[in-house]
Amino acid sequence: MEASSARQEPALRPLKSRRRPLDRIGDAGLHGLTALAAAGAVALIVAITYKVFDGAWPAIRHFGISFLWHEVWDPNRDVFGGLNFIYGTALTSFVAVLVGGPLAIAIALYLTELAPRGVRGVVGSLVDMLAAVPSVVIGLWGILVLGPFVQNDLEPLLGSVLGWTPFFRGAHHTGGLLPAMIVLTIMVVPITSAVCRELFLTVPPELKEGAVGLGLTRWEMIRGVVIPYTRGGIVAAVLLGLGRALGEAIAVTQVIGNANAHHISFFEFGDTLASRIANQYQGALTHLTVSSLVYLAAILLVVSLVVNVSAQWIVSRFDVMKAGAR
Amino acid sequence: MSSLAEPSLRPTGSVRRRKRVNRAMEGLATLASALAVAVLGIVIVSVFLKGLPALGWDFFTKNQALFGEAGGGIANALAGSLVLVALATAMALPVGVLVAIYATEFASPRVARVVRLALDVLNGVPSIVIGIFVYALLVVSHRQNAFFGSCALAIIMLPLVSRSTQEVLVLVPQSLREASQALGVSKWRTVLRVVLPTTMGGILTGTTLAVARAAGETAPILFTSSIFLNQVIWDPRHPVDSIPFTIYFYSESPDPNLHRQAWAAAFVLIMFVLVTSLAARYLLHRSRRKLTGGARPRRPSFLRAFAFLRGG
Repeated sequence: MEASSARQEPALRPLKSRRRPLDRIGDAGLHGLTALAAAGAVALIVAITYKVFDGAWPAIRHFGISFLWHEVWDPNRDVFGGLNFIYGTALTSFVAVLVGGPLAIAIALYLTELAPRGVRGVVGSLVDMLAAVPSVVIGLWGILVLGPFVQNDLEPLLGSVLGWTPFFRGAHHTGGLLPAMIVLTIMVVPITSAVCRELFLTVPPELKEGAVGLGLTRWEMIRGVVIPYTRGGIVAAVLLGLGRALGEAIAVTQVIGNANAHHISFFEFGDTLASRIANQYQGALTHLTVSSLVYLAAILLVVSLVVNVSAQWIVSRFDVMKAGAR
Repeated sequence: MSSLAEPSLRPTGSVRRRKRVNRAMEGLATLASALAVAVLGIVIVSVFLKGLPALGWDFFTKNQALFGEAGGGIANALAGSLVLVALATAMALPVGVLVAIYATEFASPRVARVVRLALDVLNGVPSIVIGIFVYALLVVSHRQNAFFGSCALAIIMLPLVSRSTQEVLVLVPQSLREASQALGVSKWRTVLRVVLPTTMGGILTGTTLAVARAAGETAPILFTSSIFLNQVIWDPRHPVDSIPFTIYFYSESPDPNLHRQAWAAAFVLIMFVLVTSLAARYLLHRSRRKLTGGARPRRPSFLRAFAFLRGG
């Protein structure tokens, strides 16, 4: 009985023909749909670059590359140049990274090497939360709380102590380059420290224990093992912070004073690429004005692409290096 | 004998100096952390102290006061933000998840790397540039409206949703996929019925983070939805007000009444953003633990930093 039923069972057909048509359509369909979405995401980058340069084209044709070093910005005469904004962006971002970078590294070191376990989670979350505060709120705080403090306390203090340098001279204002730098530093620190924290956690404990076993102090262990091991990654972390500072528009435009000028003194007003675009959103009227604003956006786009791509490149090389070392 | 003299265990001058340097450096690192926490504290306390007094029933139910009028609320801005963020999420969530599925389930490693790089680069584009992009692409030939604003926000959310989904998708054990395929289940069913449900937590996390980001973005709104009527509008074909824009606009005015309104709006925004970010962190923690069994991932995760990259 059993034998006969086994004989009657149909032979296995090849798997392919047993696949239901729905599955064949489903596989191809999902593959195609997801590939389309991915292609769309890649195309978006290309489209952004193309459209921004397309919008800037009238200004590029009219002013050429000399837009980069001309400083007149006069909508009434239709003469535009971006030098002052490039200067403002470069100066404020540079100072923000110069101050914020070491601060962020120190915070990351504290959180990975020093802090007791209970404190670590809390302080880590708080630093992350600082990054979550929307920039418009930081800007509001920058105008109404930080501004008066800078004018009445910080600038007089800096002026009296460091007044011999060209950076801390002149009248005191609530706005200006100095508050912009402070606001940008507040934004650079959480990102840079978050990346650094992840990096420091990848240092193999054997190496650190070995260093401590040789009698090094904790600081010597950090300087001799942790920092060299993560050097490339730290550069990338700082670059990511720089990218954030370069592109910040709203908070900077709220505090920087929006003056088309370049000053060496941090007490003076200024403007950055992003903040100039942001504060002209209503005023831009003529065709060439709009196009010149888009030209500023194009410069900003190129700079931030270069900074971000090099940071990503360093991070990916870092990943590969670490994977090889394991 | 003298060459074998026992080394002294008493700290010499050099050891004392090294310890002093060590202590100084530890102190500096602690101070840096305290400074960061203090700044957060000062910002939040300012927002609380100045925002709370202006809050009230009217604040949430009335529209913005006309020029020179006292009082008024942010009902239209609340509704507008809701429209903008909801539409943006509706666009960014499905596309982001699809891109993530492609990168982890279908693409070859090389193609997947290209997709990841594109998303990372997209995440690094300043939000004001994205605003300009949407302006040049859509607004110039039409008019400002809420839909264009949410397009700009969706571009900001896309890399966040997609990258965080990828981070969780790669954590799904390969054995699950293999088990499903061994049972003769086709690939698309495996992906949709086995892989995706396991990663729901991660997708939710990414979306929550992205919503928190999008709700606070001002720069992309400036060029796409900033000229609006003073009334609650749910129709995305019209430009709408939004909370970040209200704060920005009021903060630029010299009127202390408007400053009070800005602080109150900032309070609402910051509460929303902090609560959603904390919820996202909790969800991420839980879904990660579920998938990895509590083990720390070997590769560093840049998601946390990634989430806050862009300015604006």
